Amino acid sequence: MKKRLCISLLGAALVAGQAQARDSYDHVRFGVDVPYEPMEYRTPEGELTGFDIDLGNALCAEMDITCEWIEQQWDGIIPGLMARNYDAIMSSMTINEERRAQVLFSDPYFTPPSAWFGPVDTDIDMPSEETLEGLTLGVQRGTLQDSYATDFYNDVANIRRYATADDMLLDMESGRLDLVFVNYPVGKTTLLDSERGDYKVVGEMIREPYKYFGDGIAIAFRPRDEALAERFNEALATLKENGTYDEIHDRYFTD
Amino acid sequence: MELVNWFNELLAGNLIFTPQTLGYYWNGVVTTTQLVFLSLLVGLVMAVPLSILRGSKHRWIKLPIYAYTYVFRGTPLLIQLYIIYYGVVFVDGIQQTFLWPLLREAFYPALIAFTLNTAAYTTEIFHGAIKATARGEIEAARAYGMSDRMMMRRIILPSAFRRALPAYGNEVIFMLHASAIASVVTLMDITGAARFVYARYYAPFEAFLFAAAIYLCLTFAILYFFRFLERRLLAHLRPQN
Repeated sequence: MKKRLCISLLGAALVAGQAQARDSYDHVRFGVDVPYEPMEYRTPEGELTGFDIDLGNALCAEMDITCEWIEQQWDGIIPGLMARNYDAIMSSMTINEERRAQVLFSDPYFTPPSAWFGPVDTDIDMPSEETLEGLTLGVQRGTLQDSYATDFYNDVANIRRYATADDMLLDMESGRLDLVFVNYPVGKTTLLDSERGDYKVVGEMIREPYKYFGDGIAIAFRPRDEALAERFNEALATLKENGTYDEIHDRYFTD
Repeated sequence: MELVNWFNELLAGNLIFTPQTLGYYWNGVVTTTQLVFLSLLVGLVMAVPLSILRGSKHRWIKLPIYAYTYVFRGTPLLIQLYIIYYGVVFVDGIQQTFLWPLLREAFYPALIAFTLNTAAYTTEIFHGAIKATARGEIEAARAYGMSDRMMMRRIILPSAFRRALPAYGNEVIFMLHASAIASVVTLMDITGAARFVYARYYAPFEAFLFAAAIYLCLTFAILYFFRFLERRLLAHLRPQN
């Protein structure tokens, strides 16, 4: 009798556990690497804002769930998702093969190009193996820009990898770096439109090859959370249809 | 040739430890070794006169050295590194001086921070050993009519350095381990290589365990070197039978 009770309790617990795993979330915690202006940053008042943040909050509102933002440095952002420190990553993460092996991506919600930025008086006009030879280049560690620069220019140039975009910009300002390679909207906000100094885009926007730039940026989930990703995809489609997406987009990207 | 084949077979099917990433680790070992060795060498050269002057009778010699060792032992090395690396660029016109080509790199600010830090610790280690010199030895030296300078050179320093050896060996190992923070200013030392591999392949265990194994090997090398030195230099203190 006792034994049977035990077994049935165990069974109930198992079923309940499974139901919970399959059950849809009514509270989602997003991992985000701040600052990465204008995608995610803090206002002078200390409030978290940016394209990712506003879109994420709009998605949650659309799905009628609550959400929370948890800051996490970029190079540990995927392990943090696996460790269940948060349920999703919404931090301008570009879809690529290496990441796809680890996480489940939503539909892409934005496709930012990358670009080289340098001081206005730089004499480089087109980055290539010849023109970058011997220069010091800055990237944020573990980003697609890091992979791209490492694979193409590691043999000719000195690549310095920073934990945060902030540290990199500080070294750009002080003259330690000749060029930095970042996501264009971020470079535009933090270098071109800022008071830090006079900078310009060096060369063209870079969107190729597909291996690095993929389909654009998306929300990342743990592979088992397929239902959750599907709900986000539906919400994203709705926001694109009813104009909310465009409204948020225009708030941060003017050109 | 056979070695190359064997090596390629060993790496076959391994996505993380490719010849490329092993190259990063190797460069990391070189950078760490250079950084630690140079800072210890310069730190040692600085510490010898500083530790003698630290025991001076004159307040204006003694106090500044004490202040220096107090500040550098009393603050975290990471903070010292940040101040030197990021602080130096706020000095007006530093970019135009002859020092800039050195300070522009990550290596030299890190070297300066590590050197000042280890020199402070080493000064205190030597100072303690000098102070602990047996009174009888000093009295005997005086009885022989040695001048202060000669007594320092022939009696005090040789025995003080011998006695300081085990403590200094620890300082060397601590320095090796402390050098892991060099990667925060973009230096690709062993930890820097591990962080790169970690961020690229999302494999924290593999990346950091491999780095830990390298540090372990280096630590053993240092340990055995100091054991050898102690056996030679402290031979007269061992039981003779």
